[in-house]
Parts: sequence; structure tokens; C-alpha cells
Amino acid sequence: MKFIAVIRQVPDGESRLKIEGGKVDLSGVTMILDQMDEWAVEEVIRLQEKHGGESVVVALGPERFEEAIRTALAMGIDRAVHLVAEGYLDPITQAEALAETLRAEAPTLVFTGGQQADWDSQALGAAIAEALSWPVVSWTTQIELEGESHAKVKHDLDEGAEVVRVALPAVFTSQQGLNEPRYPTLPGIMKAKRKELKKVPISASSKVAIVEQTIQERTRLNKVLDGKDPVAAAHELVRLLHEEAKVI
Amino acid sequence: MILVVLEHDGQRLRKGALEAISRARQLSSLGPLAGVVIGENTATVAQEAAQYLPTVYTAEVGPYTPEKWAEAAYAAVQKSGARVVIATGGRQGRTWTARLAYKMKAGLLEDTLETSTDGQRILGSRYSFLNRVTERQQAPLPVVFTAKPNTTPLAEPEGSGTVETLEVSVPAGVEVLERLSEQKKGVSLTEATVVVTGGRGLGSPEAFAGVEELAGALGAAVGATRAVVDAGWRPYGEQVGQTGKTVQPNVYIALAVSGAVQHQAGMNKSKYIVAVNKDAEAPIFKIADYGIVGDVHQVLPALIEAAKKLKD
Repeated sequence: MKFIAVIRQVPDGESRLKIEGGKVDLSGVTMILDQMDEWAVEEVIRLQEKHGGESVVVALGPERFEEAIRTALAMGIDRAVHLVAEGYLDPITQAEALAETLRAEAPTLVFTGGQQADWDSQALGAAIAEALSWPVVSWTTQIELEGESHAKVKHDLDEGAEVVRVALPAVFTSQQGLNEPRYPTLPGIMKAKRKELKKVPISASSKVAIVEQTIQERTRLNKVLDGKDPVAAAHELVRLLHEEAKVI
Repeated sequence: MILVVLEHDGQRLRKGALEAISRARQLSSLGPLAGVVIGENTATVAQEAAQYLPTVYTAEVGPYTPEKWAEAAYAAVQKSGARVVIATGGRQGRTWTARLAYKMKAGLLEDTLETSTDGQRILGSRYSFLNRVTERQQAPLPVVFTAKPNTTPLAEPEGSGTVETLEVSVPAGVEVLERLSEQKKGVSLTEATVVVTGGRGLGSPEAFAGVEELAGALGAAVGATRAVVDAGWRPYGEQVGQTGKTVQPNVYIALAVSGAVQHQAGMNKSKYIVAVNKDAEAPIFKIADYGIVGDVHQVLPALIEAAKKLKD
């Protein structure tokens, strides 16, 4: 069996974003393996540990993605394929570009993140599935293989959740609760440097253009009361919400 | 032609469908409107839909899977010749629309706040970078887009349309074994005008009794942070944040919530934000309008008392 995680590198959520010339400027921002992709990587490694076979990461993005790919390799993934393309590509175009590599790899399943922490997109997993004519299960919280032909999966819906049986190969996207990702160990990091990382330059043009980005932070009032006298502070807060903000 | 994929509960159109119809009417310079009702009991829902749209298609395909929804919507696209497809955002809508956009080789605009057209393209705005950035996007036709819930006025009925049944061959691959419904009590989190959220700092699941009491006094919904849900204190359905629900109430009251950026992604667009935390340096105070630096175990009972007095 072969298990593939499709991953991306995104800004650390804790880092401060700035705008330059109408676009988000990522220079100087700490970049990390997307947390939701990290769950996908962990799950792929666990599936390999349980069922044997091979684990692979595939990434589509700029050169800088290599760092995130090495993180996945250090966690325990066997090898990587990096489709190198600079600039923004919409998820439908990304799926087109990734499909060729994924089809050639012929995996048992593909896992990717439920939502990307940069574009806030939830579309990549489903678009890949469509490109490959495979089923997709999004927001997966639990997966169990039933031989090589099916998987029993629990996943979130808009409201509530459901358990489904899916014919493999299929694409899954991750959700919180799926697993607790391992930290790369020092020997893991050393080994990752020698693992196969195949780079393939690609060219594609995005169907969607980002025209302008802005950071519109609401100006907050920042009226903070001292809670040493909790009763007085609480009454004052309720008064402010009722009389000043008029929201209760 | 513009096609609206109408969200429904098997009986009635959902609010999201009426918002999507409003979005379609805003683009009517691109051509006539049509709708499609996909799923179960579609004939009944289509009767209601025909009060809003001149043409309504139905595709009776059974319970939801992304494959079925995309296939049925694509059948309606081919039948109507639609160049724009509009659906409701949300986890399900944002999954199957990606499949549909791929089938149509269309640009996909996800979770748009508002949309317009210049005749050749759809222009939209949306949030990105964990809800911190607002971006304007554009894509040439054909375009598939989802409308973020609670962004658009609800459409009013207008005329009476015709209903047409589509034959859709249903793709196999996913078999639904069990539906696990969300336990709901009180006010719905995503529709509430007041939300009271408890964080890890409350110390125990029992302390949420106070959160519920305050929420009850204010007619508010109860929310929880990821740490609280992970600890098993509260159900996942109450989680606010990147991997939970996104809320935008008139006032969001965060009790013993530190305010990690992943949590902020689910609530930072609230009109007013209130924080109670013993740590004056907690990130939540940076985005708070009102706050109390103090022990939640002392402040919360006083807040309940004050809120009850206000309502009397």
C-alpha cells in the first residue's frame, strides 16, 4: 500500500502580518508546515506503521516549501515530490497540476489539510479527488482501513457528523481530533536530509486573481476594568454593554 | 444563465438558499436565473423555490455526498447552460463546489462576503490568513462561488416558476452508514446575537454551569475553546475557532479565554468583544472592547447577578 500526504507551507498563525503594495508581505514571517496538513502527515505515517507499504509527501508551491517538506520527512515520511511553482495558484489549477503526479504514484489514498491557513481555502482535497475521479471525504476525524478496497471513516458535516464507508482509492481531508502529531526527533531530522526529494518545475496559470489584500482590524475600545472588586467591575461592565454599546 | 444550488432541510429552503438567490439577483445582468434542488424530497422543496426563481430543477439523489451534489449540479449546469453557479458556504458546500468547479473548468471563489460582475468576470471579496486579511478576488466566467452565510439580505418571493426533473446517474463510492446529529439546546451558536464562551481558565467542566447561566440570562449561545473541547468538557459543536465554528455576534463574551490566533479566527469579526481574564497580558485583551482583569470565579457570579438584574 502507498499513502500520500499533500502538504503546504504557511505563515505561523502567531506571526504578525503586514501589507506591502496591496498584498500580504511574507518576508520575515516564520513559515511552518500547515497545522492541518501536519495532521494529514501524521495520519499517513500511522497508516503506514499499521499496514506497511510506503509513505510519500507531495507539495505544490514555491522553493521555500522545501523546509516544510523536510519537516514531514523528519516526522517519518519516506520520500517527497515537490512541484515547484512561484506565485498564487487557485485550488482548481493546483489540483490539475497535482493530479498527474498523484495518478502516476497510484496510492491507496491521499490525505490533505481541511483548510489552508494562508488562503483559508477548503477546496484542494475535493478538487484533487475530482481530478482523479475518486471519492472525497472532508473533515475526517477517524479512519480505519477495511482491507485494501475500503475505509470506514468518521467525519464532520455542517452540523453533526457521519460515518461512511468509502471505496479506495480516495481523498481525505483532516480535521482537529484526527490525531496528535509527533515531533520530529533529532535522528529523524538527520535522516530527513538524506531522503529522496524530487523537484519538478511546473508552469500553470491561475484561474483566479487576487486583486488586493488589506488588513482591516476593527478599532477596539480597549476599556479594561480592574477586577479587584469583582462585584463593582461586573456591574460596571454590564452597564457599559447595556447603555454604551447597547448590545445586551 | 445563473444557477443557484438551493440549500434545504428536506422540507423548506434554508436561509442560505435565500441569501444565494439574493446574490444571483445582484448579477442578473449576466442573464436569467435558475435554481436546482438536490437531495431528498426535492419535489416539495421545489414548489417553494419556484416562488423565487423562474426555472427550478430537481435532482432526487438521496442523502448527501459531495460526488452526488457535484454531479447533480453539473447536470443542471449542462441543462441550463449556466456560466455562474452560486451555492452556500459551509463545510459541505465548500467541498462539493470544488468538484463542480473542476468539472466546469471554472474559477472558484470560496466563502465570498459580497460579489459583483463587470460582464466578463465575477469579482468577490473574502477573508484569508485565518480571517485576518480581507482580499478582493476576480475570475473570468465560468465561475462557481459560495456565499458566506449571514452576509446577504434574504430574497423575497417573486413570481412563479416552472419545475423540471433532472435524471442524474448517481456516482457510487461513498456509503453513509450512520448520521450523528449535533446535540442542540438553547440558541444556535452561528445565529446568536450574543455569545458567551468559556476557556480552559475556568478550571473544570462544572464551572461551565456559570457560563450557561450567564448565557441564559442574556439569551446567548454557549461557545467553547479548542482546549476545552479537546479536554472533553464541552461538545465539539460548541467550538469557536479555525477548526470549529465562525461567529460574528453583536457581542462576544470570552471568559477565561487567552485568545490564541486560531480562536480569534472564529470570532474576530464580532461587533463587540468582551474579555474576562486574570492575565492582563492575555492576547484576547488586545482585541477586546471591554474587559475585566480578574478571577473569573469571582467575576462570573457577579456578572450573572448583574445580568439578571438588568433583565428584571
